[in-house]
Amino acid sequence: MPSLKDLKNRITSVKNTRKITKAMQMVAAAKLRRAQEAAEAARPYAARMEAVVNGLAASVAGSDSAPRLLAGTGADKVHLLVVMTGERGLAGGFNSSIVKLARAHAQELLTAGKTVKILTVGKKGREQLKRDMSEHMVGHVDMAEIKRIGYDTARDIARLVMARFDAGEFDVATIFFNRFQSVISQVPTAQQIIPAPVADVADTGAVYDYEPSEEAILADLLPRSIATQIFTALLENNASFNGAQMSAMDNATRNAGDMIDKLTIEFNRSRQAVITNELIEIISGAEAL
Amino acid sequence: MADTMQFDLVSPERKLMSAQASEVQIPGADGELTAMPGHSPLITTLRPGILKVTASGQTTEFAVTGGFAEITPEGVSVLAERSLPKGEVTQAIFTDWVTEAHKAHKEAHHSVVDDAAKLLADMVAMGTHIGLDPNVPNF
Repeated sequence: MPSLKDLKNRITSVKNTRKITKAMQMVAAAKLRRAQEAAEAARPYAARMEAVVNGLAASVAGSDSAPRLLAGTGADKVHLLVVMTGERGLAGGFNSSIVKLARAHAQELLTAGKTVKILTVGKKGREQLKRDMSEHMVGHVDMAEIKRIGYDTARDIARLVMARFDAGEFDVATIFFNRFQSVISQVPTAQQIIPAPVADVADTGAVYDYEPSEEAILADLLPRSIATQIFTALLENNASFNGAQMSAMDNATRNAGDMIDKLTIEFNRSRQAVITNELIEIISGAEAL
Repeated sequence: MADTMQFDLVSPERKLMSAQASEVQIPGADGELTAMPGHSPLITTLRPGILKVTASGQTTEFAVTGGFAEITPEGVSVLAERSLPKGEVTQAIFTDWVTEAHKAHKEAHHSVVDDAAKLLADMVAMGTHIGLDPNVPNF
């Protein structure tokens, strides 16, 4: 049975924890709003880019002059998995869910006899994958220094990936990130970026002229499109992270509250027991006289 | 035929302008071109240059560094990788852009070295046009 002093100390400590989780929750909520706005603002560009690239890709695909980023290397041997996670934890299952999806994907590829290379973006993913996938890891992008996710960040990552592609280091690249749906729901997503998947597009109706040629435009746009997809993924990830952290910290705050209630009841009972004990001692002392 | 068309200028990070424009002058890869309402559908890539938008009699100018423009009879959307209103391009920002173009030129593969050189030249020309110094020290 813990003493009154112990109980009191525990209550104080849990109360402090609750203050911290509450503060983290509010910070996450503020950041979430900004992250959502950023993701929202980036959407028109990404959507238009996707539409135009899809249209072009559909018309150029299959021809001999298709750029390598679209046609691929012709092989399907080496896969690059770009795993994007957060720099920090305390966000519920945010990081683990991405890593779990990436790991399952990697296992599947390995069983099929393919080579897997992993590029991690964000510290948490690297830490978790290092345990069992360390022999596959080929690189890491540190996001700790980056305060605000800008398009430049995404372009640098895209350049890194494309440089590896040009060097013939892999055939297929897939990015892993959490798509933001709501504060309580983030969907871990795998998206192939190289070679660019050709979607079946319904005819848009308008027949465009192209200046310069379709191939030239596509060659110019594909790297941009990859950077844009990475940018979108980073923004979605950021919003998801803050959402996940907010709900995780909300839970933590509530649990701390419950714990305080329980400890307080225990504390009061113990105190009452002590008082009762003292009374009994006084009364039996008086009776003995 | 309508007198105006929908004009949108978006960069990856935000929407810069959305308005009814009567005329848009675009620095296309194959030369300047002006789109007016009813233009035939066209997709062109951009080179670094000045984009001029005339909306309700007023002309707004933007510096853009690359991207593409989609022109339809009903409107023009310009997707620029980086874009700023002309007045906001300071020497510091411009120097950054030129430095980056220089770097790309130096690192470029043989196959694309001409492209990089053209990009650099366009960039410098844009700076001269808006009165900024393209000479990058310590290069």
